Amino acid sequence: MLSRIAESLFWIGRYLERADGTARILDAHLQLLLEDPWSDESAACRSLLAMMGATSPEAASDAPWEDLAEGAASVDRGDVLRLLAVDRSQPASIAFSLWSARENARRAREIVSSELWECLNTTARGIPHRISAEKVHEFLHWVRDRVALAVGVNESLMARDEAWHFYRLGRSLERADTTARLLATRSLTQATGVSWTTILRSCSAYEAYLRTYRGVASARNAAEFLMLDRLFPRSIVYSVSRALEAVHDLEPSTPRVGVPDRAVLLLGQVISGLEYRSIGEIVDDLASNMAAVQRATSATSEAIRSRYFPSNVLPMWVGERS
Amino acid sequence: MGDLFDGYTAGRLQRSPRAWDEMFPDPSAEPLVPRELYADVYAALARMTQDELRGRAESLARSYLAQGVTFDFAGEERPFPLDAVPRVVDAAEWGVIEAGVKQRVRVLEALLADVYGRQTCVRDGVLPASVIGSSTHFHRQAYGVRSPNGVRIQVAGIDLIRDEAGVMRVLEDNVRTPSGVSYVISNRRVMAQTLPELFTSMRVRPVGDYPYRLLGALRAAAPTDVADPTIVVLTPGVYNSAYYEHTLLARLMGVELVEGRDLFCADGHVWMRTTSGPARVDVIYRRVDDDYLDPLQFRADSVLGAPGMLTAARRGNVTIANAVGNGVADDKLVYTYLPDLIRYYLSEEPLLPNVDTWRLEDPGALEEVLDRLDELVVKPVDGSGGKGLVVGPDASPHELAELRVRLAQEPRGWIAQPVVQLSTIPTLVEDGIRPRHSDLRPFAVNDGSDIWVLPGGLTRVALPEGQLVVNSSRGGGSKDTWVLEPREQPRGTGSPASAVDEAHRVPDLVAAQSAPAALSDQDAAEGATVIGAVLGVSQYDQERQQQQQRQRRRT
Repeated sequence: MLSRIAESLFWIGRYLERADGTARILDAHLQLLLEDPWSDESAACRSLLAMMGATSPEAASDAPWEDLAEGAASVDRGDVLRLLAVDRSQPASIAFSLWSARENARRAREIVSSELWECLNTTARGIPHRISAEKVHEFLHWVRDRVALAVGVNESLMARDEAWHFYRLGRSLERADTTARLLATRSLTQATGVSWTTILRSCSAYEAYLRTYRGVASARNAAEFLMLDRLFPRSIVYSVSRALEAVHDLEPSTPRVGVPDRAVLLLGQVISGLEYRSIGEIVDDLASNMAAVQRATSATSEAIRSRYFPSNVLPMWVGERS
Repeated sequence: MGDLFDGYTAGRLQRSPRAWDEMFPDPSAEPLVPRELYADVYAALARMTQDELRGRAESLARSYLAQGVTFDFAGEERPFPLDAVPRVVDAAEWGVIEAGVKQRVRVLEALLADVYGRQTCVRDGVLPASVIGSSTHFHRQAYGVRSPNGVRIQVAGIDLIRDEAGVMRVLEDNVRTPSGVSYVISNRRVMAQTLPELFTSMRVRPVGDYPYRLLGALRAAAPTDVADPTIVVLTPGVYNSAYYEHTLLARLMGVELVEGRDLFCADGHVWMRTTSGPARVDVIYRRVDDDYLDPLQFRADSVLGAPGMLTAARRGNVTIANAVGNGVADDKLVYTYLPDLIRYYLSEEPLLPNVDTWRLEDPGALEEVLDRLDELVVKPVDGSGGKGLVVGPDASPHELAELRVRLAQEPRGWIAQPVVQLSTIPTLVEDGIRPRHSDLRPFAVNDGSDIWVLPGGLTRVALPEGQLVVNSSRGGGSKDTWVLEPREQPRGTGSPASAVDEAHRVPDLVAAQSAPAALSDQDAAEGATVIGAVLGVSQYDQERQQQQQRQRRRT
């Protein structure tokens, strides 16, 4: 298949997952703000924006939020909603992700099914330009519904060919990255305290966690569940394993020695780095471990790009000059 | 009884002579009496109220917006405007149009082969060498480039109009990259879904065959040493106004849709970049203009094509369809010579007349045209999409003065025609159903052994009152075009008439016309395996018919 099309499918997967993840995280965090009137809204919003990689609203500065001096500008729920939900020009926003998924599908229009295209097109067209406070939850729910619809359409219609593998790879990588980001905030914001319950809720993992650990809430158990659970689809190990499967399906041959594919190498290191270490060891330095996972996913993304989607250096032809 | 046709002629610009109306022999009569051809459509529409029809029209538009059947209008995506009232063409008239379009394509093929070959038409004094040489779209680079089956016009769109007397005339030929066929296909599908009752008791010929015909023609043009040619559709990209069409054709043919950056040339071949390395390309159905195709030969700053493509074509390693340099044949000055060329190449009389045209370089013509500029239509010879066209009676004195200067400066660049009142069709606008001017673009596909004319075509209407320019870039709309099945079977296929009637029961027909995309996709794949090199065209036809029969039974 065409490299350009493969890249589009990879990014459809990533953007769909990103929109879904962002919606879940926003929903959990905004609810927390409401439920806990003593929390410092500005600080909480700041840490949320930092986690999602949103850039600051001051046009002059592109600095991430954690670098901003305390109290430089107070941010509230409205800012968060704008930057992470409805502002199409913000790369971290849901609107940006959904619109990008649609644009990628448009570029691969002859490969993606008409149903998926119509679903993404209708979704992108349906994004509101602003949302009032009482509609926030409804909007975030709608986003998850639309993504679920798109994912379901793919699940039931897509042939399990290369296109499918790239799409699946994109989704798995994005999901691993999102969970790692979420976990990293725990240590960053020790003081303001994004609780483990909130983190679990953000991954929609709370119910599954309660069932698995019989309701015993502890930081250690929660971290273990979100990083290492082999059965829960949003854990890092699970997502990275799925990504690894997709890469294997793209290039099935395994040589006798070594791992020639850089993507496989990087993903394998993530898994062994998490699975073959004690949970205490990982939690002790959670931030840097999670940063390592994020680095690995973006390096994998880069490895996939350079191998399967070689960027074409466009030759420029100049007319004869006399 | 609905109110749809109330005030049909109200507020109508009365120009003389009055335009031919497609539905009503006398549009000012009270009550309106439709032509027999439109009796069923009129009856079905007359039962509706305006609100009801508007509701349906909105649902047509919504469906188009969701499917992405849009065009860019000032940077904004708008649903492609489709009017709910179809145009109906009876079998007898279609026979004339079909034969005329075929003749037109045959003569244009002969002309192009000659222009990029021995130029006997110049030697014999039928076409002046200066007309060829001065055409903007004549490319010396295309000299001697010939596809393996000799076809240069795989797809043609011949624009027809009906004049005040009801005569169909050719307005212009389009043999470069004619667009619009996707709207013919999707208009039919969405009409059958939204207004099924209009189809009652009409035997409308299906248009869904087009992609298989096109694929067949592209395969037939492939380099001869390739057993299973790789065919691609080359698009300028998502920002092109016809991008929807490119994706639809690629999808229905089951081939890759490529952009210039997906292609590169090496060793005299064209390759596309895939996830498993370079893959050889044998036929390029290009929707990129000549000028942008190959920066080595044409515009050096183009990134929409691939450098070296024309060299590969010259070496016979890739077929570019439609061929490079075709624009010389649809130059509007060459158009004026076509009746003579038909007599010269084909020894036939033209079946479809041209619109009378002044060549400004003829002695005395320029003076006469300048004198009567306010009553003529003046067009640039190399334009398309209504660009640069000036309708004398509608132009301001200032525009006319400017035009006068330009005509005098460059008479080769322009032609002049009398204002033809294009025929009108009832069309839903703000005030209700009103007559609007329209044209018709039938599409022809040439696979080298046969020229096939799509039964239907794109009917475009000018939505503003009295407007004579119908291009969608000027705010034009479209209509579904229904070509009716002849009452008796045209070719003896041996099936008794009752069986034919059975196959055309209305619900089946509607179902067949609105077959969902998934089904068509699957069909495209089947079609691809059927069109082998060993199968002749007629055999292929039969296979297709069988498939359709099977499909009907399934639905």
